[in-house]
Amino acid sequence: MKSRHATVVTAAVLLISMGGALRSLVAIDRMQRQAFAQQTLYINSPKVLRRLCLGYTGLLADIYWTRAVQYFGEQHHKGSGDFRLLAPLLQITTALDPKLLPAYQFGANFLSPKPPDGAGLPGSALELMKFGIAHNPEQWRLYYNLGFLYYTELKDYARASEAFAAGSRLPITNEFMPVLAARMAQHAGEFDTARMLWFTTYQSSKEASIRQNAVEHLQALRVDEDVARLEELVAKYRQQTGHVPARIGDLERAGFIHGAPVDVKGHPYTLAADGRVEVQDWKDIPFITKGLPPGEVSPGPRVSK
Amino acid sequence: MSTGRVGSIAFNTFREAVRDRVLYNLIAFALLLSGAAILVGEISIDIERLVVINLGLTAISIFGVLIAIFIGIGLVSKEIDKRTLYTVLSRPVQRWEFVVGKFFGLTGTLVVNTFFMAIGVFLALLYTAHRFDKMDGWVLVALYFIVLQFFIVCALSLFFSSFSTPLMSAVFSFALFIIGNLADDLRGFARMSHGLGGWLATGVAYLVPNFASMNVVSQVAHGDPVGGRLILYNTVYALLYSAMAIAGAVLIFQRRNLK
Amino acid sequence: MFAIEILDLEKSYQLGFWRKRKKVALRPLRLTIEEGEVFGFLGPNGAGKTTTLKLLMGLVFPTAGSARILGKSMDDPQVRSQVGFLPEQPYFYDHLTARELLNYYGQLSGMPVKDRSSKVDQMLTRVGLIDSAGVQLRKFSKGMLQRVGLAQAILHDPKLVFLDEPMSGLDPMGRREVRELIQQLHHEGKTVFFSTHILSDAEALCDRVGVISQGQLRGVGAVAELTAQAQGRVEIIFSAAKIPEAFTQLGAESRLRGDIASAVVSDAKQEAALEILRRERLRLISLTPVRKSLEEYYVQNLQPAENRKGVGV
Ligand SMILES: Nc1ncnc2c1ncn2[C@@H]1O[C@H](COP(=O)(O)OP(=O)(O)OP(=O)(O)O)[C@@H](O)[C@H]1O
Ligand SMILES: [Mg+2]
Repeated sequence: MKSRHATVVTAAVLLISMGGALRSLVAIDRMQRQAFAQQTLYINSPKVLRRLCLGYTGLLADIYWTRAVQYFGEQHHKGSGDFRLLAPLLQITTALDPKLLPAYQFGANFLSPKPPDGAGLPGSALELMKFGIAHNPEQWRLYYNLGFLYYTELKDYARASEAFAAGSRLPITNEFMPVLAARMAQHAGEFDTARMLWFTTYQSSKEASIRQNAVEHLQALRVDEDVARLEELVAKYRQQTGHVPARIGDLERAGFIHGAPVDVKGHPYTLAADGRVEVQDWKDIPFITKGLPPGEVSPGPRVSK
Repeated sequence: MSTGRVGSIAFNTFREAVRDRVLYNLIAFALLLSGAAILVGEISIDIERLVVINLGLTAISIFGVLIAIFIGIGLVSKEIDKRTLYTVLSRPVQRWEFVVGKFFGLTGTLVVNTFFMAIGVFLALLYTAHRFDKMDGWVLVALYFIVLQFFIVCALSLFFSSFSTPLMSAVFSFALFIIGNLADDLRGFARMSHGLGGWLATGVAYLVPNFASMNVVSQVAHGDPVGGRLILYNTVYALLYSAMAIAGAVLIFQRRNLK
Repeated sequence: MFAIEILDLEKSYQLGFWRKRKKVALRPLRLTIEEGEVFGFLGPNGAGKTTTLKLLMGLVFPTAGSARILGKSMDDPQVRSQVGFLPEQPYFYDHLTARELLNYYGQLSGMPVKDRSSKVDQMLTRVGLIDSAGVQLRKFSKGMLQRVGLAQAILHDPKLVFLDEPMSGLDPMGRREVRELIQQLHHEGKTVFFSTHILSDAEALCDRVGVISQGQLRGVGAVAELTAQAQGRVEIIFSAAKIPEAFTQLGAESRLRGDIASAVVSDAKQEAALEILRRERLRLISLTPVRKSLEEYYVQNLQPAENRKGVGV
């Protein structure tokens, strides 16, 4: 009787303190996420860290890799354009484990784009890629990432072509690599090239945020391509009739298109009074460059979390 | 009545630790610290303070955790093995009083130990910098957090020793100490995974002790302040987590047949 | 009110971690001890004596059954301030001195502060350890530890004392002292429940004994009751140079030591034996009925059980 009483009390103490501990942990978490930036920087030399972790570099690299992804995701989520820690986190990660390929891919995708899409550090991104290729010369993905960087951010077509070509000569490679090398050389067919690049990125990555980023770029490409095509048709209409069409339907009646074309969100494109093609829900489609109201720029992507 | 018995048991545990020469670790600590202080004074200009605090507090933490684990795992199992418990439990002592008394005895030992070590650290600071700085006050907070960690480690090793062999208890406790120091990264992993795995990972990540937010050694070494709310939440967390582990230990120990 | 009332207390141990096997240590035990009684719990090694005491002290938990101690349930921790316990081969905190240990136990038993230290010294004197009071227990011999154990069992002036093999590990002097101690406790009106496998101790001290073997209580009663069940034999002692032929024919067990002979014959043959002595002109020295000793009871009652090992009773 007596001992049953004690058991009940003890069990209650256990449950209540467990609940309380979890609650305070959640509160601590909320606070710590803000303090995260300071914390990580105390040890920012990969060499020191290598020595400190007594040979458990692999585990530590994984931890830093998680930190990098989380840091990027959280800063992005908050909409802050401050990604100062991304470069050191990735450098530490790859210094601890130079074979951690996702880290390079992540770097290629998010280090060089301007804020708010990335850290705006193409120099650090290049450094990271070169470090990666030096340690993993057999990985076509790294050459791909390098070419990608040269092409999308630095607009250096010659170097981009070189990188894709080098990657295409490896024993294990991707079918698009030689094509990309050739395209870079002639730098023709902008949309197709870009599509191929983002598709390859999508295909060759397992990291969710990278894939999401690629999907958004592919969607933006389609919208941009639609808008360019429609604007061509508007110009043609104007040539033939002498005035701009009042609405998209006019193009259809003139026999230029069949049905009303819609964007990736399923909304039909509209025409402004001056004949510009507009994307209705441009705010929901990141990365588009065409079809925006005058003076607007596309918002950065909303990272899904 | 109960507090009297818990107090007697705690005091006896403390006395046993002292007579088993546990406090001798202070000598090793003093040697380490004065060696470091002198060495640092010779070579560097700016980082003495950093080195003294980092080294001193890290050593306090490691020494303390080792003591907590190696005494903690024996607190219950040794008394069962040696049958010293017979003559204690045949008195009007309830089993939970015994467990709680043991816990306070060990944490008391560690508090005393840490107190002496902390004096050493401040002496070393004085020796290298020739004066105290206002930001040295934050070192006290770091020390306080270290003591909170000892509470949790003691409670956990007591918990494991209530049902497992000393060796396994030591392994479990030490593993949890390491994991607990990575607990925030573990919660990061958990947030990134989905489905059943993510669910399980979240459960584990929140159940292991969270030492990560109690480690502010490098922060205070750089003279950065520690938020008042963190102090509050860490205190609440550590006390409740220890209470949870001890309640678990009591629940198991209450059912045990002594051999 | 009974001092101890054991109601079908039962204990089996689980053996093996994976394949559970059961080891029955105590079969349902029903036993009552009166207040003020000295009770001896007798049984061979592994009989279940220690198990019974550990159950009563709450150190192990019964598989079934219950017990009342001094009128309260044995789970009630308050009961234990009235009870003293000496475990078998006791072992204590060896970082403490004898005095510190007794002080600690006094605190745990809730002894008031003011008379604790005088009581401790009194106890140390009583068990003859006052000269070693300040020595750490790690330097104590086995017999000294046994004395410390006795001291801690009676320190807080309990009404009821459980002693598990109190005489073991002691030299002859020590054994006599413990006997005297138990007798003193008896005179002070305390109830003493002690286990032993030494029969003479039980015979000398106990009002009643219980005999247990293989976890089963075989008999309870006053020593005289258990032993007096007359065996119908007499021992005849007489002086003779040699044992007469006729004795052997009577079927007597006879022995000759110097010129003293002894012969044990059944009751029925007593007259015939005396007739022989008269005829041979031998001097009769003594004639006593043979009372069964506790030892013989033990051997006779427990031996068959021993041989039935493995068969449930
Ligand atoms: N912890 C345990 N686990 C399994 N079996 C046990 C345990 N403790 C005792 N036993 C068994 O219970 C039985 C009774 O043991 P107990 O110690 O009570 O005997 P005892 O009468 O005190 O013997 P002794 O005179 O040798 O002290 C023995 O067969 C023993 O093997
Ligand atoms: Mg025994």
